[in-house]
Amino acid sequence: MSNSEKTEPKKKKKFSRRKFLLRSSIGLGVVMGATYLSRPIWRRALANFANTAEAPYQGATDDPKIWFEITADNQVTLLSPKIEMGQGTFTGLAQIAADELGVDISQMKVKHAPSASGNLDAFATGGSTSISSLWQPLRELAATMREMLLQEAAKQLGIESNSLSVVNGVVKGGGKSVSYGDIVKNVTEWKIPKTPKLKDVSEFKFIGKPIPRVDLKDKVLGTPIFGMDASMPDMLYGDVVRPSQIDSTFVSADTSAAEKMPGVIKIIKEKDFVGVVAKSITEARNAKKAIKAEWKVNKKWQNSDIEEIIKVGNGTAYTIQKEGKPNFEGEDTITSEYHSPIGAHAQIEPNGAVAHVADGKATIMISTQVVNITRSEIAKRLGFEAEDVNIIPTFMGGGFGRRLHTPNGIQAALMSKAVGKPVKCFFDRKEEFQNDTFRPPTHHVLKAKLNSNGMIESMEHNVSSGAVAFGSPMLPPGAEAIFGADIGAWRGGMINYSKIPNYRAISWKVQLPFATSWWRSLGLLANTFAIESFMDELAIKAGKDPVQFRLDQIGDDERGNRLKKSIEAARDKAGWKDGKLPNGRAMGFACSVDANTPCAHVVEVSVEGKDIKVHKVTCSIDPGVAVNPDQIKAQCEGSIIMGMSASMFEKMEVKDNQLTPTIYGPYQMALMRDAPKEIDVVILENAEQPGAVGEPPLGPIAAAIANAVFRLTGQRLRSMPLEIT
Amino acid sequence: MKISFNINGAPQTVETDGNTPLLWIIRDVLDLKGTKFGCGKAACGACTIHVEGMQVRSCSYPAKLAEGKNITTIEGLSDGDNLHPVQQAWMEEIVPQCGYCQPGFMMATAALLEVNPNPTDEDIDNNIVNVCRCATYYRMRKAIHRAAEIKSANL
Ligand code: FES
Ligand code: FES
Repeated sequence: MSNSEKTEPKKKKKFSRRKFLLRSSIGLGVVMGATYLSRPIWRRALANFANTAEAPYQGATDDPKIWFEITADNQVTLLSPKIEMGQGTFTGLAQIAADELGVDISQMKVKHAPSASGNLDAFATGGSTSISSLWQPLRELAATMREMLLQEAAKQLGIESNSLSVVNGVVKGGGKSVSYGDIVKNVTEWKIPKTPKLKDVSEFKFIGKPIPRVDLKDKVLGTPIFGMDASMPDMLYGDVVRPSQIDSTFVSADTSAAEKMPGVIKIIKEKDFVGVVAKSITEARNAKKAIKAEWKVNKKWQNSDIEEIIKVGNGTAYTIQKEGKPNFEGEDTITSEYHSPIGAHAQIEPNGAVAHVADGKATIMISTQVVNITRSEIAKRLGFEAEDVNIIPTFMGGGFGRRLHTPNGIQAALMSKAVGKPVKCFFDRKEEFQNDTFRPPTHHVLKAKLNSNGMIESMEHNVSSGAVAFGSPMLPPGAEAIFGADIGAWRGGMINYSKIPNYRAISWKVQLPFATSWWRSLGLLANTFAIESFMDELAIKAGKDPVQFRLDQIGDDERGNRLKKSIEAARDKAGWKDGKLPNGRAMGFACSVDANTPCAHVVEVSVEGKDIKVHKVTCSIDPGVAVNPDQIKAQCEGSIIMGMSASMFEKMEVKDNQLTPTIYGPYQMALMRDAPKEIDVVILENAEQPGAVGEPPLGPIAAAIANAVFRLTGQRLRSMPLEIT
Repeated sequence: MKISFNINGAPQTVETDGNTPLLWIIRDVLDLKGTKFGCGKAACGACTIHVEGMQVRSCSYPAKLAEGKNITTIEGLSDGDNLHPVQQAWMEEIVPQCGYCQPGFMMATAALLEVNPNPTDEDIDNNIVNVCRCATYYRMRKAIHRAAEIKSANL
């Protein structure tokens, strides 16, 4: 199905459809319901989210919600409130629904729930929560729908529902049978029963199997499924003048030359931007170049200014973890400092939107991770009720946190309103690099003291970072005042070694002169780089094997035990002995726990001149129930290589007020030649629920590589990107 | 100006400014949206197509150069329902994640296999230089080798 068809739903009623208006029975409002919670609980709820537990599914308030559609050809469409951005969520959700519904996986289709369906996620698609947060509610919904269908079948067949069985969406009993597709044809009103008993693990046919992605064929054929591919009849092309300098405000624009350019339909001047609508994208781009915009620049920033701001000690400190009485007096205190740079999202599909605003209603096709927020922001700017704005989410050509901010939707909507026709508008690549919501730079100061047995007596991690969670629109206003420390910035910043008698973690919050926000795994990559490199330093100081050194200091609680099992699995699978290898290579080790998912990497590295080469990565991950082992492997492989890219190559800098570089290549990223030839993933399932997958394996990669490089060269690399001098 | 060429086996004539990148003619005029825009500066490969069988980054290829040429896009890579060996291999290895870069990679791989039916790892490293932010390179490499096998078995 092409995107343009989606805008005319009335025309395609080929099948008799019955929409199931099911209400999710799952409690709402833990994250967004600040007013109902006292401060400490509120704080803890998000603290849990940041460091340990999964975020609960945040259904929005619109009722009813449409979750499933059944068509006469006996196919079931799941309307997903979570957006597919490559993480494989659609496939996992299809597996979960198919098992509880009693249909074959080939009968399941998944598409994005348009906001008009009411099935909105008030939070976001992000934070590796899609499968974990929907695991229980989706099973309950699907089981409930199966029960509704069974009760109807009983009526239609004249047989007691408890003597009926379901195979592949066909209800059988007493020698008769009827398909789901046929059952729904004759029903006008549904009764919603109590949630039935959910299936036992032993009854799963699809959960736990390496089912190919449900979107695989579309993606191999090049089917137009992305925001950039969206179109509407009679569509025009818009473009917006975007700032190339940070810390600057739009003042005015001289558009006289642009108005006369070929293909230009209209120049749009708004309080915060100037845009042009033209007949083609090239004409819009050319006209934009002719606009002379004036910006008020507050200060000429340089990278050295940013480095100064980000230093530990220069911002506001919040203690996020404390045990015992850490003491760093005396000359035997070991101190190290680590740095990570500004990182760009660099997702290949630029941000953009197609909007049609007419007759007091708006339809927006857009790649967004925050459907509900995109909707309310656009409604607010247009002066519409939220219900009058329908967001049609598209497949995303990468998300990684870049699509938590969707001002492009507002711009497209305002331009469409001005010309009375659909308008498509998107960023060019330079604008993506200069107007990104970046991964903030970080500075880490670590301290430790060892006791006479070579175990850690006291340890401290200080992380200073720009905004992560507080840079995003997902937290309610005032959240910053309630929380203090930025929960995104310190994700992964706590010390996992709870047998250390005295330790603490301190998060330093600073204000940067450009936008920073979520970048796949939030603070995890930088924090794990610092902590796990430092652990390697301490193990070497103590004369101990770095893997055993860690194992010996992890607590025996459930979290600790899962982490230990994960470490042992990676160690054993990789054949770790002491990290040394005969062939000019060395191993490096690091581990982390992110959103309750432990992960450990053993890397095999060689160094030629100044080039670091990663040959093999052994990764163990324990997400609990592995809904789709193949997609978990895919997420590990992707996280590892994306993490290598960020660890070894990527860096944005501020020069004369501009963020640079502004193109792939100069913004160096991992390519085919940099990818390890071997990635060996071990999946453990030491929890009863599915947990986070899409981000945890990013955590340990930078430290694992740096630790291997130290073993080979004796150089301790304390800054990302890792560079041998 | 009027520009005529063959695209995916069918003749086409378009009226355009000759300097318009061929990418926008393919996407917005001919409505073949499998060819993607990533950077517009020949730096990512998302827009890779074949011109006379050679891989070309269409975002940086002026439309006027297409005059009289044979052009293939991802939509023309398969032969009806018969997937191209590269697409078959991509299916077998379950390569795509977000999928946005994948048409460009498949087109680049198909072009490589025409001149080098059995590429080594080094050949792959040197010739497949597109960007995949989801970093699906590990499976892509396997799929490229697999595509070479499927293609040679079909001969
Ligand atoms: S869009 Fe052509 S190379 Fe990036
Ligand atoms: S699959 Fe997402 S960019 Fe390649």
